[in-house]
Amino acid sequence: MELLVALAIGVLFTVGVYLVLSKGLLRILLGTTLITHGVHLLLLTMAGLKTGASPLLGEKAEAYVDPLPQALILTSIVISFGVSAFFIVLAYRAYRSGGMDDVEGSKGERR
Amino acid sequence: MSNVLVLPVLIPLCTAVILFFFKEKIRLQRGISTVSGLLNMITAILLVSRVHKEGILTLEMGGWAAPYGIVFVGDMFAALLVMMTAVVSFAVLLYSFQSIEEKRERFYYYPFFQFLMVGVTGSFLTGDIFNLFVFFEVMLISSYALISLGGTKLQLRETPKYLLINIVSSTLFVAAVAYLYAAVGTLNMAHLSQRIAESGQGGVLNVIAVLFLIVFALKAGLFLFFWLPGSYSAPPPAVRALFGALLTKVGLYAIIRTFTLMFVNDPGLTHTLIAWLAAVTMILGSLGAVAYKDLPRILNYNVIISVGFVAFGLAAGTENALNGAVFYLLHDMLAKGLMFILGGIIISAAGTERLSGMGGLIKKYPLIGWMFFILTLALVGIPPLSGFAGKVLIIRGALDAGMLTLSLIALGSSLMVLYSLIKVFRLAFWGNEPETELPKVNLRGATAVAAVLVILVIAMGIGADYVYDYVAQAGEVLATPDIYIQAIMKE
Repeated sequence: MELLVALAIGVLFTVGVYLVLSKGLLRILLGTTLITHGVHLLLLTMAGLKTGASPLLGEKAEAYVDPLPQALILTSIVISFGVSAFFIVLAYRAYRSGGMDDVEGSKGERR
Repeated sequence: MSNVLVLPVLIPLCTAVILFFFKEKIRLQRGISTVSGLLNMITAILLVSRVHKEGILTLEMGGWAAPYGIVFVGDMFAALLVMMTAVVSFAVLLYSFQSIEEKRERFYYYPFFQFLMVGVTGSFLTGDIFNLFVFFEVMLISSYALISLGGTKLQLRETPKYLLINIVSSTLFVAAVAYLYAAVGTLNMAHLSQRIAESGQGGVLNVIAVLFLIVFALKAGLFLFFWLPGSYSAPPPAVRALFGALLTKVGLYAIIRTFTLMFVNDPGLTHTLIAWLAAVTMILGSLGAVAYKDLPRILNYNVIISVGFVAFGLAAGTENALNGAVFYLLHDMLAKGLMFILGGIIISAAGTERLSGMGGLIKKYPLIGWMFFILTLALVGIPPLSGFAGKVLIIRGALDAGMLTLSLIALGSSLMVLYSLIKVFRLAFWGNEPETELPKVNLRGATAVAAVLVILVIAMGIGADYVYDYVAQAGEVLATPDIYIQAIMKE
């Protein structure tokens, strides 16, 4: 199971990196989102995907899945959500003010 | 009670929340920020003196014992950095009162400022690797806000790049934490250190170590600094001073902490890598500092050179070199804050950022000119000033470790610092005044702030013996991680 998920994460990273290296700001944004998804899946996978009850004590099971990575992922999700929201608004603002939506056009060392 | 440990994070946090309620009342915002800045300095000094007397302080959040809960750790290294952060940021705050426009102040400049402080001090004090990530993000998100606040064209152009680099490095950080958790199954730094030592730091852990190095090098501008010169030119001078003095130093702190505490078992691989990264950083930084003719870029490349220098001290790894790295890091926070404040003053006095448009400022602003000169000497490391002791210790430690070539590169980079800053001094302060009239600006308050920092730089140099007492205590913990582990794991 871990192998399959690892492959999926690899695909997410590949596509993400490809998108980040493209021209349009929106594609870059999508790329970062995909990489973030990959990383969250990675956190889940690296802790082990053993079968067990969901981490609720009410379940009264023999074994539970590791609760720690789930908390880490939850933290990381909200952080990247906030950052993505900021990035989208920033991209919108840059588009409105300069009419630029691709990074090639935002070169230029001097103002 | 070691609750004093959480105060350097709590004070700016509460201040930021309070400031949100007074959006339009700028005077009140300034007053509250000043009071909280003073309070912050007092607690930081208290913290340093307590750590000096009692050794490492730890605070277990919520009373959960070490590897299970989050721990705040105040060893001397962290305490000194927290103190320097409090001092430098207070100076920058006072400089902001004079240099930030009202338009920016009205849109939550001071709350963002305080949140940046929360992130920085939290990163210094935490003893948990994931908590470090969270404090990094607190710091970075406030820096995104500060770098784009105002929305000028240059800021809008540079912020997406800065944002993208940091998003990528943050995701890599999470990936590195995931790998590390899979490999050793804990997140507490002291516990991590123990487990990594037990497993002998084999192939996988070395890969993870290098991944952490890449992440922190991206944040600190160690070799992977391509984003830095552009991004740090975008925001107004006060924000630049804050960034130049604090942000890269947090990355450096993380590198030093990681590679003196956790990944210490295979220095032949990791520390050699850091040494070469440091050498390349110093060389490329020097090239940049020499090549450009506009003031912000020269100053930005100087930040990069000093990052390389501190990393070189870490790579040498002897106790002398580690002491030197701590000393130089402290000096550098102070001096870089001062450098950007003086840079901002020069830019507003001359009305341009281009050196070719400046000249003859010494007639009108002799005090600023000579302060810039003293700062240059301090950054180069001329004996009575603060940069000297750190540089000597690092070079001596590196020579002890037999790193002759790298020491020569480090000394050469000092020459380049001298050349680049003296070029600024010569072109901006001497020569003929340009035909265009100098703008009329009131620089008295800003000059006073800079003067206080200059006095601190001189005092830190003259009182190096006194400072060394504290620095040696920090270096001792870095050189023998067992002290740190014992303080937290309490076996």
